[in-house]
Amino acid sequence: MTPMKRPKWDITDIDTWGPGKHELGATIPTSGNSDEFVTGGWRSQTPHIDIDKCTGCMLCYFFCPDASIVIENGKAVDVDLKHCKGCGICAKECPSDAITMTTDQGA
Amino acid sequence: MAEAKTGTLAVTGNEAVAEAMRQIDPDVVCAYPITPQTEVVQLYAQMVADGKVTSEFVTVESEHSAMSAVIGSAAAGARTMTATSSQGFALMWELLYIAASYRLPIVMTTVNRALSGPINIHCDHSDTMGGRDSGWIQLYGENHQQAYDNCIQAIRIAEHLDVRTPVMHMYDGYVISGAIGPLVMLPDETVRQFIGPYKAINPLLDTEHPVTVGPFDGLRGFYFEHKISQNRAMDRALTVIQDVADEYADLSGRRYGLLEPYRLDDAEIAIVVIGSTAGTTRMVVDKLRAKGVKAGMVRVRVFRPFPHEAYAQALQHVKVVGVLDRADSFGAQGGPVFLEIRAALYDCDPRPQVLPFIYGLGGRDIFPDNIEQAFVQLEQAAQGKERATTERRYLNVREG
Repeated sequence: MTPMKRPKWDITDIDTWGPGKHELGATIPTSGNSDEFVTGGWRSQTPHIDIDKCTGCMLCYFFCPDASIVIENGKAVDVDLKHCKGCGICAKECPSDAITMTTDQGA
Repeated sequence: MAEAKTGTLAVTGNEAVAEAMRQIDPDVVCAYPITPQTEVVQLYAQMVADGKVTSEFVTVESEHSAMSAVIGSAAAGARTMTATSSQGFALMWELLYIAASYRLPIVMTTVNRALSGPINIHCDHSDTMGGRDSGWIQLYGENHQQAYDNCIQAIRIAEHLDVRTPVMHMYDGYVISGAIGPLVMLPDETVRQFIGPYKAINPLLDTEHPVTVGPFDGLRGFYFEHKISQNRAMDRALTVIQDVADEYADLSGRRYGLLEPYRLDDAEIAIVVIGSTAGTTRMVVDKLRAKGVKAGMVRVRVFRPFPHEAYAQALQHVKVVGVLDRADSFGAQGGPVFLEIRAALYDCDPRPQVLPFIYGLGGRDIFPDNIEQAFVQLEQAAQGKERATTERRYLNVREG
């Protein structure tokens, strides 16, 4: 027998929820939703990738503590700014100097 | 009736509870031995070894680990129990709050013993009174029978869908835990049917429906709302505790309330007391009644949630109430029970006087004479023209 599918946990208006609406014991009743928790707002520095310099060594990808490096066709092409906290590890580890950090204005 | 089947047994309080646990046969027990609770854990471990129960028994290296393992087990979806006392209870401290806030229906036996120091292994209520704000439901038993009865009822209360909050049930160390007293058990099958099968909510082991238990409350911040829902569950628990007691009474013939008044209806002076001292107090009340003194008593059964309205109802006609605390709250106006009772009676008109008594710390004996002496002080206050002071009155203490 296939288990019953639960309805998706709809939290679109969670900011308005009172005590009666939350899940018992603060449990999160679904999986794979850390992506929805946007933490990039903590960032004060932002990495920029020079795609032409990237050799595809993937060190930035493996060192990133937040899985924020976007890889396409074996090369770093973008940074997920919803979750990147600007730690600068990618820029430090990149052997090709393909990543530079800039200070965000008003961050 | 159960009585006809099992008869009356002579057991220690700890044996009574181990037998209740055998009948409950929880999925998991994680526990660490500590005086005076040791016998509960030892007997239960033996039952596991002998195959009398199906429980997984997890031996741990401390009470901090015991409560941690219990939380993990309950979150996984297992009916889980543990037991402790005193320093062990104190070592569980941070986890008590976690268990309650995760709304895990754990049941814990706590055999009341003084907290150090000086090191003391005897009875008082300072251990669990310190945990009164942890979010657990607290049931206090008077004797062997109540230790057994509360343990079984605690399962139903904790697991009730209106409550889903852990329950600790207590009885006095040594006085009850180690001394032999009478016990009438329910048949195993009756207990099994009474507690019913366990239904976990959002269990971690339901891998078809993965969940996260105990997440970081995050930057959105719903901690405040979750605390309010804990308190709402406490409010609902008052009804549930009484309903469970009523259902249990139908099976056992033993009737329990949230509180237990004794000769209170026309009482002018009354004592409020928790635990085994209620038995001694009842005897003193009878003695005073025989002399024409209008004395009464209330035994506290449920301390969390505290049924303040029921106390106001029960005690509003009494002139002077003496509250016997077997724990102190240093620097407060009195012991923990005193503070609750005094607050509960604040809105009564006329307002009874409420006087704090401290007794039995670190297992200091409490004799009928000591309780009689407390009643004398209540009588004097009742006859006095002015309200008596609310300084602590100590019973059976060395002066000087």
